[in-house]
Amino acid sequence: MNSTLYKVGVPLAAAILFLLFWEWLVWVNGWPNYKMASPSDLVPAFWKYRLLFIENGWQTLWRTVVGLLLAVIAGTALGMVMGFSKLMRDALYPLLVGFNAIPKATVVPILALMFVGEHNLNTILIAFMISFFPIAVSVSIGLSTLEPEYRDILRSLGASRVTIFWKIALPKTLPEFFGALKVAVTLAFIGTNLMEIVSPHGRGLGSLFDSGKISADYPLMFAVLLALAFLGIVLYYIVVLLEKIFAGWAERAPG
Amino acid sequence: MTEPALIEIKGVTHAYQTATGPLPVLDNLNVSVPEGTFTAVVGPSGCGKSTLTKLIAGLLRPDRGEVWLHGERVKSPRKTVGMAFQNPVLLEWRTILDNVILPLEIVAPRMPKKDRIKRAEELLALVGLEGFEDKRPSELSGGMRQRASLCRSLVHKPDVLILDEPFGALDAFTREDLWQTMHELRRQEPFTSLLITHDLRESVYLADEVIVLSGRPATTQFVLDVDLPGERALDVLYQPKAVDYLATLRHQIQIAQGRATQEEAAQ
Repeated sequence: MNSTLYKVGVPLAAAILFLLFWEWLVWVNGWPNYKMASPSDLVPAFWKYRLLFIENGWQTLWRTVVGLLLAVIAGTALGMVMGFSKLMRDALYPLLVGFNAIPKATVVPILALMFVGEHNLNTILIAFMISFFPIAVSVSIGLSTLEPEYRDILRSLGASRVTIFWKIALPKTLPEFFGALKVAVTLAFIGTNLMEIVSPHGRGLGSLFDSGKISADYPLMFAVLLALAFLGIVLYYIVVLLEKIFAGWAERAPG
Repeated sequence: MTEPALIEIKGVTHAYQTATGPLPVLDNLNVSVPEGTFTAVVGPSGCGKSTLTKLIAGLLRPDRGEVWLHGERVKSPRKTVGMAFQNPVLLEWRTILDNVILPLEIVAPRMPKKDRIKRAEELLALVGLEGFEDKRPSELSGGMRQRASLCRSLVHKPDVLILDEPFGALDAFTREDLWQTMHELRRQEPFTSLLITHDLRESVYLADEVIVLSGRPATTQFVLDVDLPGERALDVLYQPKAVDYLATLRHQIQIAQGRATQEEAAQ
């Protein structure tokens, strides 16, 4: 079977089946829109607000990506510090876990007050805070579990620590890093939307959702959810593509 | 005046600091390996054999005593050492060829890429890995990976090749194949080697001299000169002389393990 057709066709068929099932479920139960909108109601909602969807979708997307990039930089830096120094690992780990355990919904009003009016900054910060943890943990574990022999083959030749990091530690950690990045992508979306829904500045898909709620436009609310899912899928597969390019070696041939 | 040996270990004592206090591993150890010879070190498990390799490679500094390489005292790692371990530690993200080239990137950064590739290809062909240059390590068998690892340890023409049980995890037949490859490599690429092993047959088949270390803390307990032809076929191991060597070594190991005494050995 044609492999491209297979790769696109199978997930697409699954998505269509899911939408059909959803439509059927609403129809068979006779649910009104305010209980559960059906996919066929969403089409007009998408069309009616198409410009808003594009504008707000873009707002959500770029903030999420910037937050995620910050998380990658800070998470990798933190992971490196913790991965190379046992002292730092022992010192920072409980702090990090505690920080991660705080529900980010509670941080939203704090940040909103702290940077009043800086809506972009608020949103990016939340996306960052919610998504850097898995990256930091995976990088630190990847580095600290590097077998000493790997280091020794280069150390015995007089290679510097920097050389060992670039030639061995970094590439060896990439599969773990991308694993964490896949988790971080979805988390970053949650962060962005938390802020967009709460903050009263009317930007992003979160605010579109909120305005759907205020005007009791239930199909719009469901349409936003679907748009968010779509953006999440796009970003996720961009990460998968990057993983294939940079850490494709970690994938074993099937069978 | 006689030429000093290539590797000289003089009165080396070393201990590791553990939670329960110092753990002595080497006690006044003296070893000398003349240039061009192959020395095997055998001894009971955990007697400090791997520590010895780290000291020679300059990865560890001894608490007392001195390690000399080529008439120079070893104080830090140097570029003239090649190492291979029981775990082939190939880099999974590199092809076999690029794995073999790795030491050249550190030792000879200015060497033209073309020459590096040529050198690596020659070695790979020598160990029978021709045609596998572009494969990833995960596509190779354990024995083939170990062959590639040997090529990597030799690619920069080190003065000293340190082998820390490189054949320990292989099945018996693959191991014997690799022993023969070692002899072949030695003929084509003369090197001085120190081999750590648990396999007495391996030590007799490969080495010119076998050193038996005592139990921890280790010191030289016994030295066996292996008087067998330089070019050895596997059946050399079944000659009476080799069988005698093996029996002697076996007994020395039992003494080192504390399961027999020197008096019994003399009988």
